[in-house]
Amino acid sequence: MTTPYTIPEVTLDEIKHLVSQRAIDGETVLLNMGPQHPSTHGVLRLLLELDGETVVTCVPDIGYLHTGIEKNMESKTYIKAEVMTDRLDYLNTVGNNFAYCLAVEKMIELDVPPRAQAIRVILAELQRIASHLIWLATSALDVAAMSVFLYAFREREIILDVLELVSGQRMMTTYIRPGGLWRDVPVEFDAAVRNILDTFPKRIDEYEDLLTKNPLFLDRTMGIGKISAEEAIQWGATGSTLRGSGPDWDLRKKRPYSGYEQYDFEVPTATEGDVYARYLVRIREMREALKIIEQALNKLPLGPVSTNDHKYVPPPRSELGVSMESLIHHFKLWTEGFNVPKGSVYAAVESPRGELGVFLESDGGPKPFRIHWRTPSYNNLEAMPVMTEGLLIADLVAIIGSIDIVLGDVDR
Amino acid sequence: MDKQLQPIVKKLKKEFGAEVTEFRGDVQVLLASEKLIAASLKLRDEFDFALLSTITAVDYWPEESPRFHIVYVFNSLSKNLQLMLRVPVAGENPTIPTLTKVYKNANWRERELWDMFGIKVDGHPDLRRLLMPDDWNGHPLRKDYPLGYEEPQFTFNYEEIDLSKPHGEV
Repeated sequence: MTTPYTIPEVTLDEIKHLVSQRAIDGETVLLNMGPQHPSTHGVLRLLLELDGETVVTCVPDIGYLHTGIEKNMESKTYIKAEVMTDRLDYLNTVGNNFAYCLAVEKMIELDVPPRAQAIRVILAELQRIASHLIWLATSALDVAAMSVFLYAFREREIILDVLELVSGQRMMTTYIRPGGLWRDVPVEFDAAVRNILDTFPKRIDEYEDLLTKNPLFLDRTMGIGKISAEEAIQWGATGSTLRGSGPDWDLRKKRPYSGYEQYDFEVPTATEGDVYARYLVRIREMREALKIIEQALNKLPLGPVSTNDHKYVPPPRSELGVSMESLIHHFKLWTEGFNVPKGSVYAAVESPRGELGVFLESDGGPKPFRIHWRTPSYNNLEAMPVMTEGLLIADLVAIIGSIDIVLGDVDR
Repeated sequence: MDKQLQPIVKKLKKEFGAEVTEFRGDVQVLLASEKLIAASLKLRDEFDFALLSTITAVDYWPEESPRFHIVYVFNSLSKNLQLMLRVPVAGENPTIPTLTKVYKNANWRERELWDMFGIKVDGHPDLRRLLMPDDWNGHPLRKDYPLGYEEPQFTFNYEEIDLSKPHGEV
């Protein structure tokens, strides 16, 4: 047997246009960071050109977690394709389902009952907090604040418990379905969410006590990884990465979906555009999310949680034995699936990372003809090299943490 | 259609001979690839569509002309508008002009187009594969590319599978 590892030869010619002339002359060093590296937040590879410890150029190389989800979804019916959406951004599974269902509902012009809309909002905001907790944990760990990591993971577990309560799964919930929800929330839901509402403000205060005025943390984050608002927009950055630079671009406010217009909340922004600004924005976003959850829970309407158009939503189990029509609907749904009118739409939600958009094209059949995910991490990561120029490697690590990328979201 | 969008769409129609469709509230403008740069410059500078959300493509194989539609999603932050452009491209030697000089983030999106659909981007500064490995054969998101399975490479069949890889042929 020959040697199992043949390393393809990489010549400098292939990457010559990516680095400066000093690298070709041998004045600066080319260094590979990742894809297996604890502070690249997943399988991100960076090609770094270094002058001593200073970053001259930083070239992200992605694709190590590419799983072909867009291609796979084309071969599944609309219902079956939904389970793939959870796997995109694994810290925002509810949000991915949400964007997908909004796109499908937009195509069919399916109405969602108010109760389902409110529960969707509650879960999406809970997920936002859970996702921000992971960001807080890991990005603080990157700048050597170990204890926050443990606290944030402890609290995240409480939120995942609520997701498990409603869907049976901690992470890959697939709870939001086209036309509504999988089923209504259990009676314990209200108490579980109120428990979070009671305890979380204090928890967030605790994190802030540990970090917000901590001189070590300030040294590592203030003035680091600056990006101007114009540049952030030019690079397509959205979400907290953009809002840290000034614009108050939040799809929940600008293009309300699922009843977000009923809730009173603010869109936190900062103007500095550095790592610390993005930190402040996300911390305040967690507080705003709690406000939304409280309002939605207080006026949670009663009623059905999915549309009664059984061409798209399975009929209740109790009807199958007594109604021929329900039986036919059930059979058709689980064998052929439902047909979606011919056309194409773009639906977007504000995920914890930014604009999560779905471009969906249908040929009139039961499977998506083409589905494209506009994922926020992808564009935020593309904007990262702008922030890193002239900084140290240690700062680079803080910047990767601050843009909050999820590689499942980048590579799809 | 949104009131603010109407004059924009009218202008695109008049100046670039664009075809406008509206479906479920999304406005899509179909125009020829030669006019893409001029139209996007106009959108960016005159109508303040500063954010290019995404670029993607749809493959209508076995249709040949046009085989692909390239879809561009633009957003205006100041006016809170969204507009989609569609550019039809023929199946033989598909080529589009690059938008990297107008929108910086077109860079990766166009590399993805090349990687996934095999659509060449004229004037792109760095047209390498983005998501698939450098030695990959074919362009996975094309409709004539089967959703197949790759046999896992273990020690017992290592050489056999290695031969089928591009770097193994040498």
